[in-house]
Amino acid sequence: MRRFALIALPYAWLLALFLVPFIIVLKISLSDIDLAIPPYTPTLDFSEGWAGIKAFFRGLDFENFVFLTTDDLYWKAYISSLKIALIATALTLLVGYPIAYGMANAPDHWRPTLMMLVILPFWTSFLIRVYSWMGILSTEGYLNQFLLGLGLISEPLTILNTPTAVYIGIVYTYLPFMILPIYSALERMDGSLLEAAEDLGCSRLKAFWLITVPLSKTGIIAGCFLVFIPTIGEFVIPSLLGGSQTLMIGKVLWEEFFNNRDWPVAGAVAVVLLLILIIPIVLFQRNEQKQRELEG
Amino acid sequence: MSQTVFEPWNDPTAKPLIQFKNVTKRFGDFTAIDNQTFDIYEKEFFALLGPSGCGKTTMMRMLAGFEAPTEGMILLAGQDIAPIPPNKRAVNMMFQSYALFPHLSVWENIAFGLKRDNKSKDEIAARVAEMLKLTRLEKFAKRKPHQISGGQRQRVALARSLAKAPKLLLLDEPLGALDAKLRQDTQFELMDIQETTGTTFVIVTHDQEEAMTVASRVAVMDDGRIVQADTPARIYEMPNSVYVADFIGEVTIIRGTARRGDGAYEITFAEGQPTLFAESDTEFDNGQECHLAIRPEKVSITAQKPDDRRNALEGKILDIAYLGNLSTYHVELSSGQIVKAQTANTTRLSRRSFTWEDRVWLSWTDTAGILLKG
Amino acid sequence: MRRLTWFNVTSLSLGFAFLYLPMLILITYSFNSSKLVTVWAGFSTKWYGELLQNEAFLDAAWVTVQVAVVSSSIATVLGTMAALVLVRAGRFPGRTLFSGMVYAPLVMPEVITGLSLLLLFIGIGLDRGIFTIILAHTTFSMCFVSVVVSSRLVTFDDSLEEAALDLGCSSFQAFRLVTLPIIAPAVISGWLLAFTLSLDDLVIASFTAGPSSTTLPIKIWSAVRLGVSPEINALSTIMIAIVAVGVITASLITKRASLRQQADERAAVHA
Repeated sequence: MRRFALIALPYAWLLALFLVPFIIVLKISLSDIDLAIPPYTPTLDFSEGWAGIKAFFRGLDFENFVFLTTDDLYWKAYISSLKIALIATALTLLVGYPIAYGMANAPDHWRPTLMMLVILPFWTSFLIRVYSWMGILSTEGYLNQFLLGLGLISEPLTILNTPTAVYIGIVYTYLPFMILPIYSALERMDGSLLEAAEDLGCSRLKAFWLITVPLSKTGIIAGCFLVFIPTIGEFVIPSLLGGSQTLMIGKVLWEEFFNNRDWPVAGAVAVVLLLILIIPIVLFQRNEQKQRELEG
Repeated sequence: MSQTVFEPWNDPTAKPLIQFKNVTKRFGDFTAIDNQTFDIYEKEFFALLGPSGCGKTTMMRMLAGFEAPTEGMILLAGQDIAPIPPNKRAVNMMFQSYALFPHLSVWENIAFGLKRDNKSKDEIAARVAEMLKLTRLEKFAKRKPHQISGGQRQRVALARSLAKAPKLLLLDEPLGALDAKLRQDTQFELMDIQETTGTTFVIVTHDQEEAMTVASRVAVMDDGRIVQADTPARIYEMPNSVYVADFIGEVTIIRGTARRGDGAYEITFAEGQPTLFAESDTEFDNGQECHLAIRPEKVSITAQKPDDRRNALEGKILDIAYLGNLSTYHVELSSGQIVKAQTANTTRLSRRSFTWEDRVWLSWTDTAGILLKG
Repeated sequence: MRRLTWFNVTSLSLGFAFLYLPMLILITYSFNSSKLVTVWAGFSTKWYGELLQNEAFLDAAWVTVQVAVVSSSIATVLGTMAALVLVRAGRFPGRTLFSGMVYAPLVMPEVITGLSLLLLFIGIGLDRGIFTIILAHTTFSMCFVSVVVSSRLVTFDDSLEEAALDLGCSSFQAFRLVTLPIIAPAVISGWLLAFTLSLDDLVIASFTAGPSSTTLPIKIWSAVRLGVSPEINALSTIMIAIVAVGVITASLITKRASLRQQADERAAVHA
């Protein structure tokens, strides 16, 4: 009985506030737009019995999904989101790996402090961290002032409101997600493996490529997914740093919903976004599973 | 006759493979190796034996190239190895943890070092096959390290470090991770492989039995110094110090004063105890302090005082350690000194002649004990 | 073989400079007296003064704190229950769906979570306000709590609870007296995580908030969309300071606790 209550309470909560809403989105994405509040035509009417159910299914169509393919705004936004997420993930890996490597090689008594320094930004507001780059990257911002002052450039660079700013923002905010899994993989590594590789004739660089990189692979993969998956649906960073040039699907969805008030299309956008996300999520789960098996 | 015995260290014309010349290694204030000079010869199986922290691992890591001597020089085949980095040395090491690459198969682990030498594919395949055969691992070539047993892992580590046919193979506690039974079998296997390949082996261990079994010479280390380096038999029968006598096997140490007698030294050690006699090559002055080290298996235990031996002491049995094949008796003399005596259990338990609290006589010959200065 | 080479030192210094410089700049310029944020015109705390008089910000901050405290507390209870279910309940009908629902919100884009909850609230005719934000925040943060707590529960030695049962506890007593105190650090960090997530959330709150229940992130959002402002710099500095003090205090407390434990153990050995 107690076990039943233990299971039932969180189960019911998640059913009501996670699964049901999601089914509603799915249903609305299959409905027609209507200029009312709520702005879509009503739905399943049980009072009409079987006929009502049939009418409901007849009312459903893939019109909104077809619409997504006809207007190139949407598929361009999907492609652009994927591209930005991919490049940003690669950049985050490039920046994050040396930091994780440095942490793993640091003396034992430094490591808790280094860990805290990596985690601390994660506890501070995401919005503020993205915002802090607006002042740095703008035309009259601190970076341009600094570079002009050094005489490295004669004209201020335009960085804010370009994809470059979005990449910087993503690398900055998601860096801890890349560093931590790689660090934990590197930290677990047995140092004598590198000595063995050297003993067998490897240079240090070669030993790094043949031993360290393959052994931190699970950490690299986990870190990449932890950056890639949330980046695809990212809204705050492209809105604040990307300007009108940067097309990302999270932003399109937001605008479709709040500005155009086209809920069925917004629903369809969301459903397609989730379908896109399923592949990396499944791959990520498999990587985690593999790692757990290796450890166990 | 001298050709059948392998004793290059007694041959003044033999050229040593490894020479340590006044080697000192310090880590900050701590002296790990203190001014050591010694040689290791080709095809030797040389054991560095000592408690943890005695410097034996540092010695090995200097040979492998992971540490550099603070002072002095190490020569390999007459050449100073200080400027040669570990990846270029003709020295390979078998790590205590085995350090098998977990992401590579057994085959790839063994081939790892060969690939670094840019050997042809056929050469590599042939050499790996040879190594797999030598270590009886043919069936496991495709497995990953975590898919094989501890004993098999140990053999992979050995095969990997032997694959490059090093002039010198270093083994860091190679059997430490194996259970007792497997360790014994593996010791003989190691000796076979050493003999087949003709490689010079240097093994680091804290297990004296292991060192005695496998090595042609054992170097007993203490506090950064080699106290004695000699064959296992001489280390056991002719220790050069109380430390070595005590570290290797069981021993009774009786402290007393020596006096020159006819052919043997007379040793007085306690009030009311008879004088003991021992022959010795070491010179003692009259009245000089000495330590008589005597192995328990050289001590006879009898109910009556024997009349054929000069060294005879009476005592009471305090403890009996039954080891199956042997029993060790701890006998307390009236002075409080405890002397150990060992007998082979050739008869069944029920017919054993002595038990606790029995009064017995212990005796040994003049040549059974070793007289040591300190 | 740990080696702190110049390469490691450089990458660590550059990496941490990258992580912390933007925030340091932000903090510095919050004390700028000029209205033009990128031009330094002297030290001043006037923006902090103006901030304290801005009722809209203060109201939003109060709403945010209420939402965060209530939602993270409910989320901690539900999340801990979910973790117990996942780690200990064994098989039951619908287990796969349950674990799917626990993990899915972790990877679900916030825009979708927000959108779907909004549609639910409209569908059942629930007026949007503080209550709906709390429901929304509880739902996604309970999943984070359950991940934190279940990772601790996995390493929990079951024989401890068995010993408690053996000594006469009921299963609830065994949980309350043995399991809960041991997993408490994980539960507390779960609560802190839920609390921060709630404080931080813009997207889900934007979907589920009503006109009378603006949270601080929503307020900041509408201000920063217009560009950098010294008032927001001041507000950000205050928020960063609170978090920094919180995190550093927490880590000092854990460090002291572990030092004390070491000292106790040493004393016990010598006693």
